[in-house]
Amino acid sequence: MSLQMELEHGRKALIVRLKGELDHHTADVVKSRMEDAIVSGDVRNVILSLRDLSFMDSSGLGVILGRYKQITAKGGKMVVCDVSPAVYRLFELSGLFKIVSVQENEKSAISSLEAV
Amino acid sequence: MSGANFMKLSFASRSENESFARVAVAAFVSQLDPTLNELTDIKTVVSEAVTNCIIHGYDNDPNGIVTIAAEIEGDTVRITVEDEGAGIADLEQARQPLYTSKPELERSGMGFTIMENFMDEVDVTSAPGAGTKIRMVKRIESKKALYN
Ligand SMILES: Nc1ncnc2c1ncn2[C@@H]1O[C@H](COP(=O)(O)OP(=O)(O)O)[C@@H](O)[C@H]1O
Ligand SMILES: [Mg+2]
Repeated sequence: MSLQMELEHGRKALIVRLKGELDHHTADVVKSRMEDAIVSGDVRNVILSLRDLSFMDSSGLGVILGRYKQITAKGGKMVVCDVSPAVYRLFELSGLFKIVSVQENEKSAISSLEAV
Repeated sequence: MSGANFMKLSFASRSENESFARVAVAAFVSQLDPTLNELTDIKTVVSEAVTNCIIHGYDNDPNGIVTIAAEIEGDTVRITVEDEGAGIADLEQARQPLYTSKPELERSGMGFTIMENFMDEVDVTSAPGAGTKIRMVKRIESKKALYN
């Protein structure tokens, strides 16, 4: 598999860790697994960790934006952390930075949720 | 200098070939000794163009054919990605940042914008029913050039 996903139900948020390559081919499984977890679980916020993501293109932007909309519709928040320079550039180009909160790592992502 | 070096690939319009396509082009371009950033740019634009052929050109039908050609001449790489699918009626609209004709598929509409930002030149030839051909050019700041 070119993409692995790890989901952890933390106290404050569902933590989703992506490892490998996020493109159109792998976006579907990210979409459905996150969607299911958000709908069925008692999930208020989502932390998306991209530390081990080695590749992402605009299909990744689409799936991230989709989950952002889903969680904010439930009154929750989405925080993205450990963003590589390459992914950072895609966030900048698309304006995703203006709506999604970006944190350095999981720890600061969690405390950013606690601060509110 | 003798003529340009080139390669050409045709493959089925299946999403699992997106990673194959970007890795193959990156491997070909590697002979120019590009930086890691340049290689990421190339992989990303190939991924965008091939994904568009599959999703938009062939409407996710796996029976289409996507063709990539790449050419190296001096420090310049030229890449073409083409399909024989639906084609684009309004090119100007298609190239607008955030425009997508398939919002229901969670497309971001950023493919063309990324290609334009990561490459030095991008041009598109397309007509409804006659497929789409994307031609992209990038000069590689070859590390080798510093020493030769
Ligand atoms: N190969 C293609 N064949 C047909 N239409 C295309 C092709 N490539 C792009 N398009 C059109 O251009 C639009 C914008 O493409 P792009 O910027 O990559 O955004 P997205 O793929 O997210 O829709 C697409 O929504 C589609 O309508
Ligand atoms: Mg696209």
